[in-house]
Amino acid sequence: MNWKNYWIALQTLVIKEVLRFARIWMQTILPPAITTVLYLLIFGELLGQRLGNMDGYSYTDFIIPGIIMMSIITNSYANVVSSFYSTKFQRHIEELLVSPLPNVLILLGYVLGGVARGLLVGVVVTLVTLFFTDLQINNFPLTIFVALLTSILFSLAGFINAVFAKSFDDISIIPTFVLTPLTYLGGIFYSITLLPEFWQTASLFNPIFYMVNAFRYAILGVSDVSMSSAFLIIGFFILVLFSASMSLLNRGVGIKS
Amino acid sequence: MNAVEINGLKKFYANGVVALKGVDLKVEQGDFFALLGPNGAGKSTAIGILCSLVNKSAGSVRVFGEDLDAMPMAVKRMIGLVPQEFNFNMFEPVVEIVVNQAGYYGIARKQAYEKAEYFLRKLDLWEKRFSMARELSGGMKRRLMIARALVHEPQLLILDEPTAGVDIEIRRAMWTFLREINQQGTTIILTTHYLEEAESLCRNMAIIDQGKIVEQGAVRTLLKQLQTETFLLNIAQPLPSLPELKGFSLRCQEDGRTLEVEVNKGQSINALFVELTEKGVEVLSMKNKSNRLEAFFLRLIDKNAQEKS
Repeated sequence: MNWKNYWIALQTLVIKEVLRFARIWMQTILPPAITTVLYLLIFGELLGQRLGNMDGYSYTDFIIPGIIMMSIITNSYANVVSSFYSTKFQRHIEELLVSPLPNVLILLGYVLGGVARGLLVGVVVTLVTLFFTDLQINNFPLTIFVALLTSILFSLAGFINAVFAKSFDDISIIPTFVLTPLTYLGGIFYSITLLPEFWQTASLFNPIFYMVNAFRYAILGVSDVSMSSAFLIIGFFILVLFSASMSLLNRGVGIKS
Repeated sequence: MNAVEINGLKKFYANGVVALKGVDLKVEQGDFFALLGPNGAGKSTAIGILCSLVNKSAGSVRVFGEDLDAMPMAVKRMIGLVPQEFNFNMFEPVVEIVVNQAGYYGIARKQAYEKAEYFLRKLDLWEKRFSMARELSGGMKRRLMIARALVHEPQLLILDEPTAGVDIEIRRAMWTFLREINQQGTTIILTTHYLEEAESLCRNMAIIDQGKIVEQGAVRTLLKQLQTETFLLNIAQPLPSLPELKGFSLRCQEDGRTLEVEVNKGQSINALFVELTEKGVEVLSMKNKSNRLEAFFLRLIDKNAQEKS
């Protein structure tokens, strides 16, 4: 196959992945929009008015970047972990394994599917937030770039989870017991300057904290961390997860006997 | 040129199971080849390795001269696989399954739709193109897997139990279709439990048992090795006792109206009927107890098991 053939093969896989989540939009696109409305009504409007300003912004404005980022993280992860696991479970992974599709393109196809859902949900959630605030974006290209890198990172993480998963329980354990706590403790609803010193230091070991803050900086212009350390952490995790995913695919872990 | 050349192929699973113990196999270009064997003999493992679904432990595989280890992508392009189990997305429309498979082989979407239409029409599935795969009957699902395997026009088509659970009419239609694509130049390897299917379709065959090839050659040549054939005779009246016939061994089945008789190679069936007539036995009809390939297969597997024990 030449480059044109590989491009067609990648396009095919990405279109298939996008159609998959688009077909079930009631399960994939709509719920984050409803959750956002609830977050902004309860935390933003009802509780937020009593909390006052945070880092110079109203509480609603402060939590919006974190809420958008949370939806990007969970949807990128959920898309790849559920899609790749059901591909394994129904055995149509064999359609890919028998075809002359290099492993890197298989990985890229699933990651781009996760990125597409993560970013689409991010846009939907952003549109919902416009009903609650007059959102001003400080740095638009940076906003897109951080969202893109974060969705790549969590798509890769979802892929690795799916490779090791042996049952449907296995694809919900990590999101429930690891991803959700790290996301909530990643500074979505608060600035870490409000925490005791020990928890401020502990927060620095949470990678999601860097993504939320990088995104908040891109939108509001305020952050608890420097952009260079945020990009270093995100880049490092992408590199590690990509290498791990490729190694698993090349060895056929979980997909070949 | 050989379509497939396998040498010393071994597969050890992590749980200690040895699925293949050094398989050597050659399939000629343009052949219609049967790979037969009892359940667990290693057929699906061998096919899995050929199609890059299973990692081999040792040995070499060449497809149309290309080495699987050195040129895996070139080998994959030349093979189409119809697996034993349904392995498509049950929640996808039929036409998308075929078009996507073409896409994975680098075929542009417009061209992929044209090819999908051709094969779905050929296999009587075009009317169902927008149906979800889960809505198809068992026979339709089998035909969908054939259409999917052919959409990139492979030189080698591998069918692992393609007619399992398919009714006789559809099975015959599939045989006609497979003969047609074989005549057009596609090499076909078939595994099946219907030995009548292998005898009817295939020119050459190999029998695999306990991870090794125990027999390989032309179907006709192998069948010539059979020394006896068993016939079932449906008789008009139950017999009070079994008559003794010169040169023929006779048994009576439980229903009392069916006689089993073994006829040696070269023995005249006329002589059998002369003797039966002399003993006053009226025969209403006659048929083979089993097809010849089945008899050969069972004899070989029994012999192999005896040698092992």
